[in-house]
Amino acid sequence: MSQRISLDWIACDGRGLCAELLPERIAMDEWGYPLLDATPLSADLDAHARRAVRACPTRALRVQHVPAGAAGGPAPASQPLPAGRRQAGTAPHASVARGAARTQRTR
Amino acid sequence: MSRLLLPGVGPGLADHLAARGPLQAVDAVWLADEVERAGLTGRGGARFPLHRKLRAVAGARKPVVVANAAEGEPASRKDATLLERAPHLVLDGLDLAARAVGAHRRIVSVHEGPGVAHVRRALDERPGGEHVEVVDAPAAFLSGEESALVSRVDGRPALPRTRPPAVWQQGVGGRATLVSNAETLAHLALLARHGAADFRAEGTREEPGTMLCTVSGAVRRGGVVEAAIGTPLAAVLSAAGGPAEPLRAVLVGGYHGAWLDAGLLETPLSSAGLAPQGASPGAGVLVALPASACPLRAAAVIVRYLADSSARQCGPCLNGLPALADTLDRLASAAPTGADRLRLEQLTGLVAGRGACHHPDGTVRFVRSVLTTFADDLDAHRAGDCVATTAIRRYASSAP
Repeated sequence: MSQRISLDWIACDGRGLCAELLPERIAMDEWGYPLLDATPLSADLDAHARRAVRACPTRALRVQHVPAGAAGGPAPASQPLPAGRRQAGTAPHASVARGAARTQRTR
Repeated sequence: MSRLLLPGVGPGLADHLAARGPLQAVDAVWLADEVERAGLTGRGGARFPLHRKLRAVAGARKPVVVANAAEGEPASRKDATLLERAPHLVLDGLDLAARAVGAHRRIVSVHEGPGVAHVRRALDERPGGEHVEVVDAPAAFLSGEESALVSRVDGRPALPRTRPPAVWQQGVGGRATLVSNAETLAHLALLARHGAADFRAEGTREEPGTMLCTVSGAVRRGGVVEAAIGTPLAAVLSAAGGPAEPLRAVLVGGYHGAWLDAGLLETPLSSAGLAPQGASPGAGVLVALPASACPLRAAAVIVRYLADSSARQCGPCLNGLPALADTLDRLASAAPTGADRLRLEQLTGLVAGRGACHHPDGTVRFVRSVLTTFADDLDAHRAGDCVATTAIRRYASSAP
């Protein structure tokens, strides 16, 4: 049994807290929406993942339990991210195009 | 090839019974077994084995069955044609599916317009028809998407919802729901009468039976034709009168499908035959593109339509599909840049798999087939030329 992060795409509004709190598994696309790494969560990431789930303002982020070897539900997609580095106190990535004029929000 | 749509047989109940014979009572377990023996798969595009859906829903409390005739794909008319010419086949299939799963509600979701009246008229003729609910589906691309259909039946807008849970687990009114394409149910109605061996008399061993195809574009007699699965595409086009002018390519599977070069028209209309070409039969939509038309312009129009059809619920789709459309517009124009093609590829990677439904994935499949099948056109446009119009110019200059 392993765990991975997954997303309710309809609930997600691209606020970006998840990418700041779990850069090892979540990056952001040019529109501010999460790029998810479906690699199972290691034990040291467990607390960070749960914190990211709690912090999501729209409760879109989930931790999904995947039985070992099973296909599970719809995959969060995307390739594994380059190993993210946790930097105390700094926002991990340039807020990619969060302010871009043409980015549209779903709400 | 005529099994579903028999010429000279009217849509009324008397004609239906005279041509098909009555539907005998069948045992629910026998029916699911027979469906499995026949290998009947969905005709709505996904080609999922019907017996697995039947068995999954049959175990639930108060399940619901829905006939899907929403047909949101603009290039498809097969379900509308079935409801106009053979509604009782579809309704027989709905009754059979209901019996197979022990359904408490039977619902028909039909594309808004004349089809609604066809269904109501047919139901008025049937004993117990008053208990079948008719729900109209808006004329939108996503209306026939399973979860969007269920939302509409429940009185909400026809927009997809997040899965899990799947519709077969929690659908209409929160109940386990079997959503089945109208054509699938029509095949079921014949299967219950004539059996699995008869169903398997046409098609291939792995993909038995026939399918309805909507053929349009540069053909002489566009319309709905029925073909055995595995028939070469060229033969299906011939059944629609054949090409009206020399063809460049054929779009196979609708706006979420893939383009096949005209040189590949001996490819069989089957999943096995089309998979090596990156395509699949889908819901049988075939659009013939003439050599005189710029394929990039045609593709740009379609991707713009797909972008406009987004449910606008998920960020990557809401943002990415218009960006794809904009980029394809530039590539179809007189002077695209090298960056445009890279951007198109980058966007396809950003959009696929990131949403509540498969609209972005289908759009990406379409765009990737443009990149493959029309690579020459992309090169030509980059050089300020267009393969299609060059062909016209060459023809014009050699004419007497």
